[in-house]
Amino acid sequence: MPRENKPKVAVWKFASCDGCQLSLLDCEDEFLALTQEIEIANFPEASRAVIEGPYDLSIVEGSITTPHDAERIQKVRQSSKFLITIGACATAGGIQALRNFKDVNEFISIVYATPAYIDTLQTSTPISEHVKVDFELRGCPIDKMQLIEVISAFLKGRKPNTPAHSTCIECKRRGTVCVMVAQGQMCLGPVTHAGCGALCPTYNRGCYGCFGPKETPNTSSLSSWLKKQGTENEQIVRVFRGINAYAEPFRKESELHEKENKNHKG
Amino acid sequence: MIIDREGLDQLISVLIGMGFQVVGPTVRDEAIVYENLNSINDLPEGWADEQEGGTYRLKRRSDKALFGYVVGPHSWKKFLHPPERRLFRANLKGGDFEIIPEKLEEPKFAFLGVRSCELHAIAIQDKVFLGGEHVDSTYKIRRENAFFIAVQCGQSAATCFCTSMNTGPRTESGFDLALTEILDNEHHHFIVEVGSDQGNAVMEKILHRQATGEDVMEAKKLTEEVAAKMKRTLDTTNIKELLYENLEHPQWNDIADRCMSCANCTMVCPTCFCSTVEDVTDITGDHAERWQKWDSCFTMDFTHIHGGEVRASTKSRYRQWLTHKLASWQDQFDSSGCVGCGRCITWCPVAIDLTEEIPKIRDSENQITHPGNEARHEIP
Repeated sequence: MPRENKPKVAVWKFASCDGCQLSLLDCEDEFLALTQEIEIANFPEASRAVIEGPYDLSIVEGSITTPHDAERIQKVRQSSKFLITIGACATAGGIQALRNFKDVNEFISIVYATPAYIDTLQTSTPISEHVKVDFELRGCPIDKMQLIEVISAFLKGRKPNTPAHSTCIECKRRGTVCVMVAQGQMCLGPVTHAGCGALCPTYNRGCYGCFGPKETPNTSSLSSWLKKQGTENEQIVRVFRGINAYAEPFRKESELHEKENKNHKG
Repeated sequence: MIIDREGLDQLISVLIGMGFQVVGPTVRDEAIVYENLNSINDLPEGWADEQEGGTYRLKRRSDKALFGYVVGPHSWKKFLHPPERRLFRANLKGGDFEIIPEKLEEPKFAFLGVRSCELHAIAIQDKVFLGGEHVDSTYKIRRENAFFIAVQCGQSAATCFCTSMNTGPRTESGFDLALTEILDNEHHHFIVEVGSDQGNAVMEKILHRQATGEDVMEAKKLTEEVAAKMKRTLDTTNIKELLYENLEHPQWNDIADRCMSCANCTMVCPTCFCSTVEDVTDITGDHAERWQKWDSCFTMDFTHIHGGEVRASTKSRYRQWLTHKLASWQDQFDSSGCVGCGRCITWCPVAIDLTEEIPKIRDSENQITHPGNEARHEIP
């Protein structure tokens, strides 16, 4: 039975690839059940029909990269009772936060024929740097079952089960052999937030850190170990400067090694 | 008794015929893991494992040994104490809950290739899951149904220290059958020790010949040589007191600088038993499930109570793990929680090694003062 007075849910897009909000449509079987429980009030990827706010739940994808978006997110927050961010862009600035380590104006002058048309910020920043966020769901992309879990938890007013421990625990629970220990591969698993089910190591690849830093991440220990194995500073910078490059623990680690690299090269 | 390679193959098929799921060593993803076996062709023939802190590599042996490796990333606990299992389901019914109990699976495992340290680890987990008031029914049924074929170690890894923990390399009990692999230019056979009536009954169905006194001596000599060659040691003299009296030793800070609190050591440890329970609801909220999953004292949620985490620092979490394993385990279960298998050393991604850390605490113990720590000395 569909519930009465269904909560109004809005899905918002900022600087992103749409992959995370499409996870909602990927839910398929669960999606029909979801529409029985919530009213989709604003979700351009699914419907042109827009119901005006305020909204009970806003699901925000993407990072803040333009002055316009910096204003828009304030309005989204004002019209939302509960706001969750989904994906690495919204929670950490995303891959586009690589600009934060360089001068954006230089990119603009190289890439665009008429740079004057471009109105952008120097940085790509997570939503939480702009407004209060009630819950952050990690991943690039997010895991659709985790999204269902977060929405189910919201509907029931309980805490979602999205553990912040290492990806290693997911590897070990599913019996995946450690690619770092058994193959000497570079892997961010020991410092990365669980949630993907240890997808890459299960396919014999080191973890790329798509879900960002785990709780209490000891990135310097991992770097020291990689160095002992002969990894160069430059490579360590690259490892931490991926999809979650601007998440603080990863950012600090890459900046440290970038500095060491420069000093080393003199 | 003695069986040859064909006899071993026969042993696997006889056990399968008796309704056992035979699990044992096999090569997968560049390691020797424990998985289903259908014949001796699944065994890691001619493979050895080279282990050191933070590294594990498969190497080709010059012979066709079937058990010429030591221990890998898996332990038998994944079968006896599954990593994830649903405890029950619940449905909302007229404002109340209807609990649907989980049907207790009753798998019959035959474990092939169990090492002495691993049998000791299982004996330790028996105390945890079967001792005391609250018996774990899943563990109990799996444990009671299981058939154990031990293998006496023909070699040790650089990370092994079972001689220090009195858990090997030779196993004397706790098995249905124990094999010693004898491999030279002329022979490749297995000397079989029988440890139970069921073991005897199984052997009667398998082509075998009687072992001579000489054969038995040869088997014993082999494990004696392994013991003599084992290099890694852990001095366990008064280890409980040592750890209790050094809760503020600076070495814990040093370890915390390296420890990533990734929990790999606890996951691979054959005696670590902690789990968490997660309650989940579906979108409608009409259906709920309770799941039990392996957990670790290295996660923040593990000691999360109202108001925060009891052990917020990595230092306190590592100290808790090692002190429990080697000291308070003795108070709780009357034995050490460590069997010297070396998995926590090999599978720590940054090679933290308890056999190096403990001596550092021991060697400098007398030079350390314990300011304001008197009360801690009294912790049992």
